[in-house]
Amino acid sequence: MSMGSSTVIEPKPATTPVHRRKFIEILLGSGFLATGLAFLYPIVRYLVPPRTLDLGGDSVVAAKTGELKPNSGKIFKFGSRPGLLVRTAAGDYRAMSATCTHLSCTVQYRDDLREVWCACHNGKYNLDGRNISGPPPRPLEAFDVQVRGDEIFVRRRREA
Amino acid sequence: MSLLRNLGAWFNERLDWNSLMAPLRKKTVPRHRLSYWYFLGGITLFLFMIQVVTGILLLLYYRPGANEAFESVQYIMTQVQFGWLLRSIHSWSANLMIFTAMAHMFSVLLLKAYRKPRELTWISGVILLFLVLGFGFSGYLLPWNTLAYFATKVGTEITGQVPIIGKPLMVFLRGGEDVTGATLSRFFGFHVAVLPGLATVLVLVHLLLVQRFGISVPPKVEQEWIVNPNARREMKFFPNFALRELMAWYVALGVLGALAALFPWNLGVKADPFAPAPAGIKPEWYFLFMFQTLKLIPSKIGPIDGEVLGVLAFGLAGLIWLLLPLLESRQPSRPKQWISAFALVALVYMTGMSIYGHLAK
Amino acid sequence: MDILRNKFRNLVAGPIATFVLLVLSASSACGQTTNSCLDCHSALPEPLGVSADNLKLDIHVEKGLSCVNCHGGDATADDPDKAMSRKAGWKGKIERKQIPQLCGSCHSDPAYMRQYNPGLRTDQLDQYHTSVHGKRLAAGDTRVAVCTDCHSVHGLRAPSDPASTVYPTRIAATCAHCHADASYMKPYGIPTNQFVNYNKSVHHDVLTVRGDLSAPTCSTCHGNHGAAPPGVDKVQNVCSTCHVFQAQMYEKSSHKGAFQAASLPGCVVCHSNHGITHPTDAKLGNGSEAVCLQCHTAGDVCDQARATMLSSLNHLDQAIKESDQVLAMAESSGMEVSQARLSQNEARDALTKARVTIHSFRKDLIDQDIQAGLAIADKDLKVGQKAMAERDYRRIGLGLSLIAIGLVLTGLRLYIRKIES
Repeated sequence: MSMGSSTVIEPKPATTPVHRRKFIEILLGSGFLATGLAFLYPIVRYLVPPRTLDLGGDSVVAAKTGELKPNSGKIFKFGSRPGLLVRTAAGDYRAMSATCTHLSCTVQYRDDLREVWCACHNGKYNLDGRNISGPPPRPLEAFDVQVRGDEIFVRRRREA
Repeated sequence: MSLLRNLGAWFNERLDWNSLMAPLRKKTVPRHRLSYWYFLGGITLFLFMIQVVTGILLLLYYRPGANEAFESVQYIMTQVQFGWLLRSIHSWSANLMIFTAMAHMFSVLLLKAYRKPRELTWISGVILLFLVLGFGFSGYLLPWNTLAYFATKVGTEITGQVPIIGKPLMVFLRGGEDVTGATLSRFFGFHVAVLPGLATVLVLVHLLLVQRFGISVPPKVEQEWIVNPNARREMKFFPNFALRELMAWYVALGVLGALAALFPWNLGVKADPFAPAPAGIKPEWYFLFMFQTLKLIPSKIGPIDGEVLGVLAFGLAGLIWLLLPLLESRQPSRPKQWISAFALVALVYMTGMSIYGHLAK
Repeated sequence: MDILRNKFRNLVAGPIATFVLLVLSASSACGQTTNSCLDCHSALPEPLGVSADNLKLDIHVEKGLSCVNCHGGDATADDPDKAMSRKAGWKGKIERKQIPQLCGSCHSDPAYMRQYNPGLRTDQLDQYHTSVHGKRLAAGDTRVAVCTDCHSVHGLRAPSDPASTVYPTRIAATCAHCHADASYMKPYGIPTNQFVNYNKSVHHDVLTVRGDLSAPTCSTCHGNHGAAPPGVDKVQNVCSTCHVFQAQMYEKSSHKGAFQAASLPGCVVCHSNHGITHPTDAKLGNGSEAVCLQCHTAGDVCDQARATMLSSLNHLDQAIKESDQVLAMAESSGMEVSQARLSQNEARDALTKARVTIHSFRKDLIDQDIQAGLAIADKDLKVGQKAMAERDYRRIGLGLSLIAIGLVLTGLRLYIRKIES
């Protein structure tokens, strides 16, 4: 105990029995270990890169070369929306949004008409995505297509 | 154990660690009925460290840029192992830190710990609070979702209202006339480089000043102790106070974990600049009181535009807040009562306006 | 005036100045334009009165035409006898029987219309002659609609102008002017409830509430200038211009032949013609909205097929609702299931497709769509359940961490107490 004018709280020499001291030490030790593990385990798992790559929201592999015959189309997933990949009769690729601008049905490629067609109300778009007949009020958003190796990449056009 | 001791001795011979640590060993913390408020600063520091760690980890997967930001956060939330946990902890800890920082500030204010000679500590603290609010504002935009986009738009718009410097300041913040991908890049730079650098320096200054001047005692308690010296109680910082602080930190950690697991932070919808603003857009809770005040000010007060007046008034209030210790009396033992009253009024106003802003449509 | 400066200036300047002065004084006396008709007729009461403000918005006036282009006469003369003289070609009030011919004198002349709008059709008069209105007018009935009844006159707007009486959202009301007036339509013996029924329909809803101007109104199915009912055997042609899939299915179905043989109007039998409400599964039921039981007897082989079709639709509907529920729960607990949410749209599309396939009246085809939808709904359900399991796993992890933290806190508390006691 200090003799001065103030009382200072500080560690006292050990007066507790050994087994109680040991219990506290074990409790504390195991607690620190457990919380340390609970803290480190998620971090270590986090640092390991996941298997599925993050390409970003703008680029998607729509198909492989040779998958589509000339004059045919394929619906692929582009982020959270469907996209349409068309291989024209001439052999080149076009890609556009597959959500009809009328009432949001999913459009399809008609090889007999060589046009993009919506089954819901007979809306038609040309291969550039422009609405050419029927109720659709706006064109389909067109995407960029790039063939790299044997993969066909589809990318959004606009940069925010 | 002796290995550790030898290692310690090797370092001590070169760095003179012991004499550096000696004052810390002697450091004491006053103990009285209001001592619990002393924990708040340490908790804020702990939450800041959590932010740094989780922030750096998030940096490993986050991609700035309007095309990729949202998707990268979505990737973190869904594909990365425990990404959801780290991101939610980062978001929750941000809010908690702002809350504890404000609580810390108000407790210092009402316990009058800013009196001479601690004015610089106060000033560095208020600047730190502004930096923390800047962290909050810049970080909020980074996921690039609708709410964040429009909140940033409104927030920078209000900045533009300041006379003369407002417009250039707004353009500086936005990286252009409008909120675009350029704004995102800029805010990212602020959030991960500029603000952390400034904050680290200021935190060190703040801590050094606290160390230099010791912990302040509220005036009333001071008086009691002068009258009755036997009543004075203190606690050693190491290990007594430090262990208690550690307990507080563990409680904070538990609260964070529970919040992150039970109420994960929302991702929202990717921002579309061409879509109309959602109805009833509001800033985060820590800006609500200012936002609500500006909404209530009439559009014109005499010849001056109401919103400009409001922004200027808040600017002035901020300046007064920063320089508050300089308005205090020369004698630290006889502090001015009006400052406490002013602080209480401000606290009530901010709380009330925040609740009002939250409940208003 | 450079051209005239050298020789003729002195000769010509004088008369020109006088002429200009005369014209100026004349126009200041007569108003903005040299249109003496309006001077009197804008102030006259009905039926001779014409609102000048209204006339300003008339598309013919905008294009530079005026009263005399239709009514003849002399608009520069102030004296009524001179202005409305037969010598000046004054026609007076145009007889109803003559109106189509008068409008057609310009509107059926491609060379003339090209000056104003090369894109405008010029076959309206021909079409009109094929319409019920046109035929009856030719037979002497002047109570039928002529051009001005639908397009209005003296304030006629282009059809693309929302204020026009023939703007898509206003066409039904224009037709209803006569066709919903029971006393007016009495001599003709046709129903007058079409307007009331149409206003209850889903097409009206889409047109006026959703604002989709491509939605059908009276003229879409009946034609505008060549207006006539499609005819019992032609109704499905009209519907099929938009509802392609349903029409295709119906064409190949058993009902086509049966309805044709019984002279029943195809689509209208189940869906009605004017009051076409949004179809629900209840149409396939056996309650108040049931359509199958209008012809079929309860308990027969077709009724049983109906019941099976209805139950498979309900089955898919239920499956979709169930997975929606689980996904919603997972989402509100903070799990990320946006991909599955999107996939639910595909399941809903499958259900819509199944409802379209009903028009083939073939269980096997309907089943194909149902199974496709069920597969998707089931997959999404599994995603939702997995998300809920993940959520529980997280909560267990949280519980364990909190226990560990509790251990530390207890330990620290005891340790502090120990070193301070």
